[in-house]
Amino acid sequence: MSRNRFGRRLVATAVASVVGLGALAGCGTGDDEQSDGPAKLRFLSLAWQKESMQANKDLVAKWNADHPDIHIEYVQGDWNSVHDQLLTSFEGGDAADIVQYEASGIGNFSKQGYLADLTDLISGELKGQIEPGIWDTATYDGKITGVPFLLESQVIIANKKLLDEANIAIPAADGGWTWDEFQANAKKLTTAGRFGAAWALKSPTNRVMNLALNYDGKFFYTENGKTEIRVGDGEKEIPKRIHDMIYTAKSASPEALGMSGADTLPGFFAGKYAMLPGSVSLRQQMVEQAPAGFEWVTLPPIKGLSTTQAANPQTLSVSADSKHKKQAVQFLEYFLNPTNMATLAKGDWLVPTGKQANEELVKLTGGKQGWDVAADSAADLTVAPFQKADGYPEWKTKYATPALQQYFANKITLDQMATQLVDGGKQVLR
Amino acid sequence: MFQYLALLAYLVFLAFPLVWLLSTSFKPPRELVKLHPTLIPDNPTFNNFVQAFTEQELGRAAWNSLQVSLASAVVTVLIALPASYALARFKSKLGTVALGWVLLSQLFPFVLLIIPIFLVLRQVGLANSHAGLILIYVVWALPFALWMLQGFVRNIPRELEEAAAVDGASRLQTLRRVVFPLLAPGLVATALFSFISAWNEFFFALVLIKTPELATLPVALARFVGIEGTARLGPLAAGSLLATIPSLIFFAFMQRRLSSGSMAGAVKG
Repeated sequence: MSRNRFGRRLVATAVASVVGLGALAGCGTGDDEQSDGPAKLRFLSLAWQKESMQANKDLVAKWNADHPDIHIEYVQGDWNSVHDQLLTSFEGGDAADIVQYEASGIGNFSKQGYLADLTDLISGELKGQIEPGIWDTATYDGKITGVPFLLESQVIIANKKLLDEANIAIPAADGGWTWDEFQANAKKLTTAGRFGAAWALKSPTNRVMNLALNYDGKFFYTENGKTEIRVGDGEKEIPKRIHDMIYTAKSASPEALGMSGADTLPGFFAGKYAMLPGSVSLRQQMVEQAPAGFEWVTLPPIKGLSTTQAANPQTLSVSADSKHKKQAVQFLEYFLNPTNMATLAKGDWLVPTGKQANEELVKLTGGKQGWDVAADSAADLTVAPFQKADGYPEWKTKYATPALQQYFANKITLDQMATQLVDGGKQVLR
Repeated sequence: MFQYLALLAYLVFLAFPLVWLLSTSFKPPRELVKLHPTLIPDNPTFNNFVQAFTEQELGRAAWNSLQVSLASAVVTVLIALPASYALARFKSKLGTVALGWVLLSQLFPFVLLIIPIFLVLRQVGLANSHAGLILIYVVWALPFALWMLQGFVRNIPRELEEAAAVDGASRLQTLRRVVFPLLAPGLVATALFSFISAWNEFFFALVLIKTPELATLPVALARFVGIEGTARLGPLAAGSLLATIPSLIFFAFMQRRLSSGSMAGAVKG
């Protein structure tokens, strides 16, 4: 009896579902390309912080209100899957008109012709706002295929109370410590139960590549069209210094080796580590998660031969297949005007690429919460050789990350690490 | 006594991730980064749920997922039922080849097929639609559902069908009154499998659905994760907790039907 009832219910549900399937087929399709009415453009945004998402949505809403002839549809994406999402939608010919990504990520898409050349479409005003070195990060084969708009630099977040107790002066925004000073101060701040620093090295390659520029360490060298990996003194300097802090001076925590930046925060708030070398965006979590009364300060990038770091800005690109490229660029010009760019940077706790936006942001925030340091660090950012190397992602995954992890875990020597990196390059690079 | 303790320990082990998820979803940001986190939040808050719902419209996403998953489960079962019966009962070369093909189809990683699938769905006007997604999920679940269900059919003694025939029942009557009721646990298991696989699926939903209003729950939840795995843990936990509820309800409703042994003593030798 009960089984019969169950059977009837199952059949009824099935019929309803099949009917529903048909109905859904009718109502769910969104591939409409209108010939009349406003131009409709999809904007794939990767904003994910609360403030940043709100800023994005507000700007889009304002644009739509002011421009009845060009309608922007805000589409939320996510950083973890954006590459696959873009790849499939470009291949399938259905990518959003405007897409957010990062400079190092758009290279292959540019080379495959999926992104529009914006060189002649963007205004001189926007071009002039951003340094040539930053434009270089999104320029492939002489074509600008993305507008760089948000930058991330490596700074140091420090526990102010511990610095004060150790009589360590906080450097000015434009006058950071040298590596020797940083290492000495980390040693000074190390006590029983506390390390001077915590290097979060779960994914060490990008960080090492990035900071190696402090000592002119390029890793990737191209001659006569052939790229190879070289690991000389300049390339070895940063890994060596970090290794020394962990195993020789014992001023950096060995337990942080397997952590990501955010993983170090509980220990930092509990006073286990005095300083966290990390990204400027870490400040967002400091503001949101630091215990009441916890005083923290942002210290400028560390200086080697220079304070140069690799810039991998977030970019906005226009799909080559978009039927409304001019309108898309019109929107970008609005979206990235100095005031709006400053708002977007503030929402993501990153550094705007535009000079005027940077100034506005410092004014807007009064330079507090490390905004003065963040703004100043923008001048040190430029394109690095590894960002343009075709085999970098493969080299990073297969060879560099394992080799660096082994070295930082004290399993291999510096020279063995260098050999592994060079040999890996021979396997991957052409 | 020891058995009960062991069972209790096992239950705690199984339930702990869910309990931790529950705890995390009620914690304010500051409690999420404590060096020694507590199971019971010191200052519980609903803010994570509010954020999850207001920022990513999880309610709508959950409704979308529910529609797609239910429809996928029902359509899969509807197709798998006659096909698996035929495969289990009628021996033929075609049946053997079909089963071999079903097995072989499982060897292809779907990620390799995503672009052709996308192009085909676009051609037929089903890209960016729930119908297209349901179609993919049915195709995805069908091979396994067929294997699963034909195993259940094989377990039903042929003698029962023969006895019904001797009693004068037609083929259809035998199927309706004898086979299908006995197959209920198998149908439920197959439906559960199809439902859960569609409910949890992320990649196809991400790639095929372009309109924000049609997004499913896994896609909406992924948006709480930022660059290099940094996550907004509170809203993510709140959203994930909500995402487990329909599955739990579905299981609670269906699990009675999963009971085995319904055929015990059906055939006496």
